[in-house]
Amino acid sequence: MATAVGTVGQTTEQSKIWGWMTTVDHKKIAALYGVTGFFFFLVGGVEALLVRTQLAVPEGTVIDADLYNQLFSTHALTMIFLAIMPLGASFFNYFIPLQIGARDVAFPRLNALGYWMYLSGGVMLTLSFFFGGAPDGGWFGYAPLSSEAFSPGRNMDYYTVSLLILGTSSLISSLNFIVTIINMRAPGMTMMRLPVYMWMTLVVAFLLVLSLPVITVGLIQLYFDRNFGTSFFVPATGGDPILWQHIFWIFGHPEVYVLILPSMGIVSEVIPVMSRKPLFGYAAIVFAGAAIGVLGFGVWSHHMFTTGLGTVPQVVFSASTMAIGIPTGIKIFNWLGTMYGGNIRFNTAMYFAVGFIALFTIGGISGVMHASPAVDTQHQDTYFVVAHIHYVLFGGAIMGIFSGIYYWFPKITGRFLDESLGKLSFWIMFIGMNATFFPMHFLGVSGMPRRIYTYEAGLGWDTWNLVATIGSYVLAFGVLIFLINFFKTMRQPQTASDNPWGGSTLEWATTSPPPEHNFDVIPEVRDRDPLWYNRDHGIEPTPRPEHMHIHMPPPSYFPLVLAGGVALIGLGLLTHLGVAVAGALVVVYGVWGWALEPTE
Amino acid sequence: MGRSGPGRIIALVVSLGITLAVTAILYYWFRESAVLGSDFMSTMEPASDNADTIQDVYILIFWLAGAVFVGVLALTLAFSLMFKEQEGVEAVQTHGNSRLEILWTFIPVIIVVIMAVPTFDAIVQTEGDAPEGAHEVTAIGHQWWFEFEYPEEGIVTATDLHLQVGRPVQVSLLSDDVIHSFWVPRLMGKKDMMPGHENQLWFTPTETGVFLGQCAEFCGLSHAKMRFRVIVHSPEDYAAWVESAQAAAAEPEDELAQRGLEIFSSPAAQCMACHTIEGVSSGDIGPNLTQVGSRSTLAGGWLDNTPENMADWIADPASVKPGSLMPDTGLSDEDIQAVVAYLQTLQ
Repeated sequence: MATAVGTVGQTTEQSKIWGWMTTVDHKKIAALYGVTGFFFFLVGGVEALLVRTQLAVPEGTVIDADLYNQLFSTHALTMIFLAIMPLGASFFNYFIPLQIGARDVAFPRLNALGYWMYLSGGVMLTLSFFFGGAPDGGWFGYAPLSSEAFSPGRNMDYYTVSLLILGTSSLISSLNFIVTIINMRAPGMTMMRLPVYMWMTLVVAFLLVLSLPVITVGLIQLYFDRNFGTSFFVPATGGDPILWQHIFWIFGHPEVYVLILPSMGIVSEVIPVMSRKPLFGYAAIVFAGAAIGVLGFGVWSHHMFTTGLGTVPQVVFSASTMAIGIPTGIKIFNWLGTMYGGNIRFNTAMYFAVGFIALFTIGGISGVMHASPAVDTQHQDTYFVVAHIHYVLFGGAIMGIFSGIYYWFPKITGRFLDESLGKLSFWIMFIGMNATFFPMHFLGVSGMPRRIYTYEAGLGWDTWNLVATIGSYVLAFGVLIFLINFFKTMRQPQTASDNPWGGSTLEWATTSPPPEHNFDVIPEVRDRDPLWYNRDHGIEPTPRPEHMHIHMPPPSYFPLVLAGGVALIGLGLLTHLGVAVAGALVVVYGVWGWALEPTE
Repeated sequence: MGRSGPGRIIALVVSLGITLAVTAILYYWFRESAVLGSDFMSTMEPASDNADTIQDVYILIFWLAGAVFVGVLALTLAFSLMFKEQEGVEAVQTHGNSRLEILWTFIPVIIVVIMAVPTFDAIVQTEGDAPEGAHEVTAIGHQWWFEFEYPEEGIVTATDLHLQVGRPVQVSLLSDDVIHSFWVPRLMGKKDMMPGHENQLWFTPTETGVFLGQCAEFCGLSHAKMRFRVIVHSPEDYAAWVESAQAAAAEPEDELAQRGLEIFSSPAAQCMACHTIEGVSSGDIGPNLTQVGSRSTLAGGWLDNTPENMADWIADPASVKPGSLMPDTGLSDEDIQAVVAYLQTLQ
C-alpha cells in the first residue's frame, strides 16, 4: 500500500470514492481544490449575474434589497475565498513538489486537512442562503452594521464562522508550502534557481501566515460582540468601529496580493516558455515580488482614506501605496522584455498571459489614481473602485489562472484543451470582461455609488449599466465555452508527451500525468532553467534504476475526521454550543488518531 | 509583420494606431460621462474650491496614467505582432539588461514623485481647518436619511442642506447608528460619518444651484435610497431662507389641512412619536418636518416632493424604503390626504 513502483494512476485496492476522501497525494488534493474551486467560481459568477440583472435598468424589480445585499456580499466572499484562493491553492498543490523536484509536500495529511476544511467552510457559506440568510454586510463586514443591533439575523454569524474555518485552512496550507519550498528542494536547486512561480508561492504563503491571524482575532471579536455581549466594535458601549476597519484591512490588503501574485507567477512561467527564451530580469521579478509582499503590509489604510484618519496617515499611506506601483511596473516591463526578441507561440495559454498584461495594467492605473487620497475622496465607494478591482482580479488573477489551466492541462491530465475553442473562449471572455467593467469607470466618474441595489433613472447611469449587464452575460458565455472545452477534452485519450511546450522547469521532466511518486529519480539541478540547460549541454536524464523503493505517504482518514470536527464546531457556533463541544471532541479524537497512526 | 527593419516599423505603427484609436474612443466616452451639468452627480464638474483642487490633482494623474496606458498597450501589441513565431527563427537568449532595468525602475519613481507632491499639497489643503469665520453646520447620518443642524441659526432640518455661495462651510459629521458617508461630488470629496467619532469637512461653494448628494458607505437595506441635496443660495436668498426656517410652523387655514393637523397630532397616527414640527410636536427619531412642504424631496431624498408621492410614502413606507423605521400607520386614504394637505402647507 505504501510503496509505489512506477505505476501511473492510483492504487486500485480501495474504492474510488474512499480513495479520494483519504488521499494525501498532493496531485489528487490539487484536483479536488481545482474542481471545487471552479465550481465555486461558477457560483460566484451566478451571484454576479443576478446582481447585474437587477442593475440592468433603473429601479429594477428583479431582486429585492435584502437579497441583493446578500448577493453582492457573497459574490465577493465566494470569489475571493472559495474560488480564486482555492484555484491558486490547486496549482500550488500540484506544482510545488514537481517544480522543486520533490515527491510530495512536507506534511501530506495537513495538506488534505486544508482541503476538507475549505470544503466545509465553502458549503457553510453557500448553504447559508437557505438556512437563515447569507452574509449581507459586505465582504468587509464593517461594524457597527455587522453588529447584532443592526444585523440581528444569522447572516453575519455565517460570515464570522465560515471565514474562521476558511482562514484556518489557508493558514495550514501556507505553513505546509513554506516548509516544503524551504526544505525539500532537489539537489542543486538554490533559492535563486527556484522558478518564479515558486517564489510567488512563497511570498503568498508568508503573506497569509502573517495576515490571517489578524483577521482571525477580528472575526472572533466580532463573533463575541454579536453573541456574548462584548463591545469591541460597538460605540454605544465603548467600542470603536475604526478598530474593525484596521484589523480587517491589515489582513485585507495583503490578501489582495495573495490573489494576484500567483497569477503573476503563472504568467512568469508561460511567457518565457512560449517566447522560447529565458525570463527577462529574473532577479528583478523575484525581488519585485518580495517587495510587493513586504510593502503590501504598509498600505492598508488606503482603504480608509475617507474615515477621518487625519493628514499625516493619509500622506504616509498615500506614499506607500504609490510606491507599491513601482515593483508592479517593473514586472510588467520585464514580461514585455521577455517577449521582445522571442519566437512566440501564440497558443491559448499565451493569449491569456498577454491579456493579463494589458488588463492588469489598466487595473493598476485606476488603482494608482485612487492612491491619491484627494482623488480617492471622489472615487471611494463608487463604481470606479469596482472597475479597478475587477480589472486586477478578473483581468489579472482570473486571466492568469486560465493561462495556467491551458498551459498545465497537458501535464495534469495528459490531454490538450482544444485550441480553437480555447481562443474563442478567450476572445469572448476578453470582450465580455471589458464590456462589463470598463463602463464602470464611467459610472464612478458620473457619481454612482457602490453597493446600491437600485438607482434613479436619468442620472447618466442608465446606458452604461445596461452595457455592463450585457457584457456580464457575454463573459459568462465565454466561461461556458471553456466548460464545453473541458468536458470535451476529458473524453479524449491521453496523448501528451513529457514536455509538449518545451518548458524549462522540472514539472516537464516527468510523464504527463506524473506517476504518484512524481519522479523516478530526483533530478539534479544545475541552472535556473534546468531542462534548457540540460538540453543545451547534452545532459541526458538519469535512467530509471532496476529496483526502486520509493516510500510514499499512505492515505489517511484523520484529516477528514478533523475537518468534520471543525465543521461541527462551526455548526455549533451557529446553533447550539453543545454541538460545538461535540465537534471539539471529534477534533481531539482526530488529532489523537493522526498523531498515533503509523506512517508506513 | 516581422521582426526586422520595415516589419518592425509596420508593427509599431499598427500597434500605436490601434492603441490611440481605442484610447480616443474611451476618452470620448469618459468625457461624455464626466461632463453632465447640473442635476447630475459628476465628480469632474467642481463647484467649490476644494472640489476644484481635487479635480486638478486628478487631471494630472489622469494624463500621466493615460501615457502609461498607451505605452504599455502599444508595446504589448507591437511585440505580439513583431515576435510571433516564424519558421527558422531563433529566439534571442538574453537574461536581462541592467541598464534598461534601472531605467524602468527610475522612471516610475519619477512618475510617482510627480503624482505625490500635488497629492500631499491637496491633502494638507483640504484636510486642514476651514478658514476663519466659516459657517458651521452639523450633518448627522441616520438609517436612511440625513439630518442637518445649524447651531448658529438654531435650525434643525433634513435632506436639503441650504448654504450660501462664496462662504466657506465646515460640516461636522456624526452618525446616529452605523457608518454613513456624506458625499456631494460637485462640492467636495466624501467623508464618512463614523459612529463614536466626529469628522469634519469643509469647502466654499463657488456657484449657486442645487447639488445632488448620496450616502456613500454601505449602511443596510436602503443605502441605495439615502440621498440629499445641497442648495446653494445667493446671500440674499440664503438670508430669506434662514428667516423662513426659523419661523414656527404656520397654522393651517384650509379645512382639509386643519383636519390633517388634527390627525397628525393624534396618538393613533403615531406621527408625533418620531417627528418634530416647531410648535406642534417634538419627536426626535425621524426627520424634522417643520418645513417639509418646501423640501425638494421626501423619504430621505428618494421621492420628489409631490402630494401623490407624499401620500404613497405615508401609506406604505416599507415599499418605498425597505427596512425603514417608519411604520405603516394604518391611516385611511382620506386621512392621509388630509395629513398631506397639512404637511404641504409647512413651507
